This record gives sequence, structure tokens and C-alpha cells, in this order.
Amino acid sequence: MKFLAVCGSGLGTSFMVEMNIIQVLNELGVTGVEVSHSDLSSASPGDADVFFLAKDIAEGNDHLGEVVVLDNIIDMDELKEKVKKVVEEKNLL
Amino acid sequence: MNNVLTTLIDILSQPAILVALIALIGLLAQKKNLSDTMKGTTKTFVGFLVIAAGAGILETSLVPFGSMFQEAFNVSGVVPNNEAIVALALNEYGSNTALIMFFGMIVNILIARFTRFKYIFLTGHHTLYMACMLAVIMAVAGFDTVPLIAAGAVALGIIMTLSPAILQPFMRKLTGNDNVALGHFSAVGYALSGLVGQAVKGKGKESTSTEEIDFPKGLGFLRDSTVSIALTMIVMYFVVAIAAGPAYIEAELSDDTNFLVFSLVQAGNFAAGVFIILAGVRLVLAEIVPAFKGISTKLVPNAKPALDVPIVFTYAPNAVLIGFFSSFIGGLFSMIVMAVVGSTIILPGVVPHFFTGAAAGVFGNATGGLKGAVAGSFINGIIVSFLPVFLLPVLGELGFANTTFSDADFGVGGIFFGSLANYGGPMAIVISLIVILVLMAIPFGKKKSA
Repeated sequence: MKFLAVCGSGLGTSFMVEMNIIQVLNELGVTGVEVSHSDLSSASPGDADVFFLAKDIAEGNDHLGEVVVLDNIIDMDELKEKVKKVVEEKNLL
Repeated sequence: MNNVLTTLIDILSQPAILVALIALIGLLAQKKNLSDTMKGTTKTFVGFLVIAAGAGILETSLVPFGSMFQEAFNVSGVVPNNEAIVALALNEYGSNTALIMFFGMIVNILIARFTRFKYIFLTGHHTLYMACMLAVIMAVAGFDTVPLIAAGAVALGIIMTLSPAILQPFMRKLTGNDNVALGHFSAVGYALSGLVGQAVKGKGKESTSTEEIDFPKGLGFLRDSTVSIALTMIVMYFVVAIAAGPAYIEAELSDDTNFLVFSLVQAGNFAAGVFIILAGVRLVLAEIVPAFKGISTKLVPNAKPALDVPIVFTYAPNAVLIGFFSSFIGGLFSMIVMAVVGSTIILPGVVPHFFTGAAAGVFGNATGGLKGAVAGSFINGIIVSFLPVFLLPVLGELGFANTTFSDADFGVGGIFFGSLANYGGPMAIVISLIVILVLMAIPFGKKKSA
């Protein structure tokens, strides 16, 4: 199972989201998920099982596959809720 | 014995090995297991070499661009792009950059721990770029070896703390809380945009927010940096190629290939170079940033993380696009002024205007609505165009590279330390660093910005 956080240049924001996802997964006690980050150009459908994108770049990127859209990228509660939902759907808990 | 020493010096003068060692120390300090440690250290090592490879590709594109521009307009044209200038500078200043970055982060933690400035600057790529610029400036100023790294690291730590600090009043207004700061080295431009927004709003009047108007979407593709860099470089290359004429280009540069075909490929090469450099930067930062974050959270209670610029974009998506346009127009306007005055011409790069213009638009909107967004980001566009003109002379040899640092804080910081060195040499820089640190340490003293 692989999660990929994506932002415009793949440097700062996606990296921060990646670190936050790892933190949430640790809190939930989920193991065996690889989390990484990337820029919009490089991200392609096979790269991960679930993609995390901020609201402002999510438009037009449905081709990636399963996309989780984050309304506010610094809101840990929102991220927690959305990661938890994905984890439950995938039976990773 | 002598052999050991020369080998040691060889190791330390290879930046790729040096950053790998820094990553290794970080990984060991976090008590990672063998597999993670091996993986992280190797990736960091390779990442640095990837950056150098990207620099090579970028140079094949920038050198002919510079020649064409010179031929066409008889002045030098500069395309500001952080990735490009950093990759070129790392060839010579790599080791000093790595050490300044490492110790600069420690200074940042110390300042946050012991003064009232609780900001931890987590935007790793900007830390790397600023470390690189300081390595250049301190070398041009006359420092070397240990004093160079010490001065660079203290300056970096100060800038990492003050940049988020001057913007925090506007961040509070924007986000409605005081928990998060913005870590992006164009804060001077954003703060000014916020002030301009306040000024154009006037007293007591209600202002229309950018978010209340209908604004066409569909420019989201510009957020993809490879696309926006390639497209603007194609436009710039074509304009310059046509101005320089096919005769010159086909005889001197392209080896008889059609001048427009040649330009198209070189424009693509520029984007390709930046793409590779970014991949390298990502590899280098992959271990360093989480370690920095982990250590700072442990050592600094109540730390405010300063995060990368897109965190403000979601607060006002319309202002993002308006700000980009307005800032870009400010860049075009500045370019015309430079052409009339006859100075070095700073071309409006789409990447700096997209990211800094967009954020300036958000802050201008927060204080002055639509009018504030337009006026504030226009001013931002002028600032990020004119600061490089004055930054180039203090960068020594690198001032002639046809590319330079783009964002406002690089300009302000670089010109500040560079001019100090011009007037008073290294001593002036040392004294100013001490004065700034003392001022920051006073609990309720007056704020001073570098």
C-alpha cells in the first residue's frame, strides 16, 4: 500500500503533508504503508494507491486514480479524519 | 599522518559526501534502524550529484540565451530562478552551503529556544537556497573557512527566524490564529503587499474581497512548475531569438540548425534542467527536514512552524490568480523601466511571479480586498524585479550567470550583507550580526529586520 502527497513543485507542501500522514498513521497504529511526496508533473496513476492533493490543485487531476482532496492543508483534524477513512476502507487497521 | 589529513580534507570538500554525513548524523541521532540509515544516507549522497547534473543541462540552455540577449539588446538579460542559480553556485560553494545550512538550522533552533521569536523554518528547499546565497556572499565579502561558515550560519538562523516574524501580524489576520507561520523567503514582498492593501483600503471603508467576484478558473496548469517554466522560457527564447536574428544564431550558436528550432529545444532544456535539480533537492532534503522538525519540536516548546507558501493559497483562490497576473504585469512594467534606464534587464520569470505574486495577492486581499490584492501584488512584482538588479553586484562571479535568486528576502538579505561588506568588510558583518542577535534577545525590545 502506498500513499503519495502531491503539490505544485513537490518540495515543501507535499513534504509537510507526507510527514503529517506518517504521524497520523503512527497514531492510528497502521503499519505497512509507504508514504512519499512528489510534484504534479511527475505524479502518474501507477505511482501510488491513494493520492493526497490540496483543493487548489486537485481540479483536473482525477486521472491519478483514488484522490483525497484536502480543503485545508494545515488542518491536522481534517487530515486525520480523511486518512482514517481511507485506512478503514482499505482494512488496514 | 599527513595522508589522513589530506584525505579528510578531500572528504569535507566534496559537498555530496558532506551532506550525506550530515544526514547520517541526523539518522543516527534519531536512532533509526540500519535499513533506514543506509537508505537515507545514500539518497542524500546521490541527490547532491543529481543537482550537479541538472546544473550542467541548465547551463547548456542559459549560455546561448545570454549570448542571444546580448547580441539583440546590447545589455545582459537575467532570468531569476532559484533552482538555476543554486545549482550553478553549488559547483563551487557546495561544501560551505552544506555546513552553513546544517549550523544555520541549529542557530534557528537556539534563537527559537531562547528568544521570543518562536519560529522554526521548515521550508527546507528555501533554507538550502538561502544557505547557498550566504555562502557566496560571505565568500565575496572576504570570509573564509571557519569564520565564513560561522557568519553564514548565524545570518541564516537570523533570517530563518525574522522572515516569518515580520509576516506574522498578517498571517494572524489571514488565518485567524497564531499557531502557524509562513516560511517562504519572500516575506518582505508579502508584508509590503499587506501594508499596501491597508493603505488603498482607506479608513473605515468596506472593501470587496477577491473571493466575492466571479473569476475564470482554468489556469491551474501554471501551478505545475515544469509546464509554466517550459512555456515562459519558450516565449522568452523566441522573442530574444527573433530580435537577435537567424544569421547570428545559426552561425554562432546553433551549428546551422534553424534558429527557432534551436530556441525551442533550449527552452525545453531549461525546464529539463530545473526538473532534474528539483528531483535532486527532494532527495537531499528527504532526511534532513524530518530530522530538523523532530529535533526542534523536542527542544522548543510552543514552537511555531513556518511552512511553505501554498498553505496560504487555499484562503483566497481568486486572489492567487489575480495576484499572479498583477505581479507579472509589475514585472513587465519594471522590465520596460530597466530598458529605458539601460540597466541589466530582469525578465519576469513566471515561477517567482506565480508563487510570490500569488501569496502577495492573498495578503493584499486580507488587508485591502480586491484593490489591495491588485495593488499589493503589483508592488511585489516591482520589488522582485528590482531587488535582483542590486543583488547581482554583491554575488561576485555569479552575478554574471544570466540567472539569479528570485524572491524578495534573498534580495533584501543579500543586499544588506553585501553592502555591509562593501562599506566595512567582514568586520561590519560580524558587528551587525551581533547587534541583531542582541536586539532579538531583548524580551520586549524593538523589532529589527535584516
